[in-house]
Amino acid sequence: MTRYVLKRLVLLPVLLFLFSVTVFAIVQAPPGDFLTTYVATLASSGSSISAEQVEALRREYGLDQPVWIQYLRWMENLAKGNLGLSLEYQRPNAELIGERLVLTVVLALFSFVFTWVVAVPAGIYSAMHPRSALDYTLTILNYVGVATPNFMLALVLMWSAFAYFGVSVTGLFSPDFVDARWSVARVVDLLKHLWLPAVVLGIAGTARLTRVMRANLLDELNKPYVTTARAKGLSEWRLVLRYPARLALNPLVSTIGWYLPALFSGSLIVATVMNLPNIGPLLLRALINQDMYLAGSILLIYCFLTIVGTLISDILLAWLDPRIRLEES
Amino acid sequence: MTTPVLEVKDLRVHFLLDEGVVRAVDGVSFDVHPGQVVGIVGESGCGKSVTVKAILQIVEPPGRIVGGRILFRKDGASAADLAELDPKGAAMRAIRGAEIALIPQEPMAAFSPVHTVGDQIIEALRLHQRQWRPEGSRLSRGEARQLTVELFRSVGISMPAERVDAYSWQLSGGLRQRAMIAMALSCKPRLLIADEPTTAIDVTTQAQILTLLRDQQRRDGTAIVFITHDLGVIAQMAHHVVVMYLGRVMEQGAVADIFDAPKHPYTRALLKSIPTVRVAPRTLLPTIAGSIPHPLGRPRGCPFHPRCPDAIPGICAERVPALRPVGPGQRASCFLYHRDEADEP
Repeated sequence: MTRYVLKRLVLLPVLLFLFSVTVFAIVQAPPGDFLTTYVATLASSGSSISAEQVEALRREYGLDQPVWIQYLRWMENLAKGNLGLSLEYQRPNAELIGERLVLTVVLALFSFVFTWVVAVPAGIYSAMHPRSALDYTLTILNYVGVATPNFMLALVLMWSAFAYFGVSVTGLFSPDFVDARWSVARVVDLLKHLWLPAVVLGIAGTARLTRVMRANLLDELNKPYVTTARAKGLSEWRLVLRYPARLALNPLVSTIGWYLPALFSGSLIVATVMNLPNIGPLLLRALINQDMYLAGSILLIYCFLTIVGTLISDILLAWLDPRIRLEES
Repeated sequence: MTTPVLEVKDLRVHFLLDEGVVRAVDGVSFDVHPGQVVGIVGESGCGKSVTVKAILQIVEPPGRIVGGRILFRKDGASAADLAELDPKGAAMRAIRGAEIALIPQEPMAAFSPVHTVGDQIIEALRLHQRQWRPEGSRLSRGEARQLTVELFRSVGISMPAERVDAYSWQLSGGLRQRAMIAMALSCKPRLLIADEPTTAIDVTTQAQILTLLRDQQRRDGTAIVFITHDLGVIAQMAHHVVVMYLGRVMEQGAVADIFDAPKHPYTRALLKSIPTVRVAPRTLLPTIAGSIPHPLGRPRGCPFHPRCPDAIPGICAERVPALRPVGPGQRASCFLYHRDEADEP
């Protein structure tokens, strides 16, 4: 088990290197660079900049160098723990990303917890009472949940909250707290606002997970070990929770690895619609403006979190399932 | 004669499917006396497994007990009709595992793969502790574990202390079935139901498991209902034999009578199809003509009549023969012996 985890940890830098190359190539893929976009933006707003000035800036930012040199410069900075400077904001990327990243991760984790807390019991109930009224209701809700784009849901909820209750549910903080320093009051205020985007973001995943849990458990309920447990005299709930539900969870745990990154990228659209101060809108803007070091750094952090998420789900799986744990050693 | 520990009377278990009603068990009666081994024998799909599942009230939906009585007698107490108990209720659950225990068909899949075998036995021991151990303080996990080790030793598992912490997939088929037997015996049940306990294991191990069960039965006087399609196993294990076909009892009686003087044409056909070493090489094994009908296409009248060599025209295809005495302690449901004794359809 320990060896297994160590092996995965050794692989981490290798994976990160591969990801960094890929991320850089993708960020660089659109034609032109930050300055061509910059010139175009200036032109559209009526001002202009001379060709010499552009060349000077291009040299200053190192954009005249070959791509691989640019990559190496980025890597060199990263190795020193420096995420570089945002071309657009002219501020250190670390500073721009900092709090927004924390909010992104907190939002994703809340969504994740919401998803599991709702989906697992709902799936268990559905599987234990197949074709009951509540099972059909849940099934319909699940299909609606899977089929509704989350930005759409966000729009509908924002509109109805405002139209019927006169509440504005955008953002993650009340106006008083937007620029306040971190304090207990600010955290409380955050929690008051966080649940709605967390639910919006998690609803599709919850619906999918409920279906998966239901299907897995239905499969497990027909296994002979359930008959054994029943013949032992256990009560129905106790035996279902102790045996088949436990086994039905295993495939779900292995989805954690890809569900977390899905939450990160999903939050981009929801955050843009709901005006959340998390990393999504920043990434979107950086990509549009070809602010490549900022975009690259954000994507690389996503990759890192994804790898960590996968590792956590693998460790959890090994902990839950002795067949995996003991095969390894 | 002793009072039977279990009396099954006219048991009917039907599966209500969208396509129609499958009458998996359709009027089965037999008794089990204390310390007796009753063998239920029949081809696949004859309803023998469903019968014993019905005794424990663990028939999977859409199967349902639609008629009959299952009278179970604890020592000295009056008989309780298990068929009337709520399958999920506390009264039924107190009987399962504690009074009537099951040794399931596939030791391979009958244990949860993510819990140790010991864990699953400790659970049973602690669940029913008040029944098999009316006095004393609450059984701790440690004590239950110690008891499990002793149970393992008594069913012939070597290195029992280590095996208690093993997962089922780390054990061989024979060990798994021994562990299963240990679990079934853990709460000292009055009645043991063994549902083809040796089907999935090799012949050598099979013999050991059968010996183990028989020794257990002799030592504690546990009654056993033993299901198999293997007549050899029945001859070796059972005192009393129930022959089933399509959810009905064709014949029942003492093991010697069934093997030496089978009355029902189905029993005779079954016995004829056992290969022996005395037969000349390269002769075809006798088989029963025709095949088992589709569960939804049960024949009218005696279920065996389309395949029966002795079917009486105009009678066997019309009415269902009742189970009637054909000798001392032997009964058969066949119009060859009781032409006028028909069951209500």
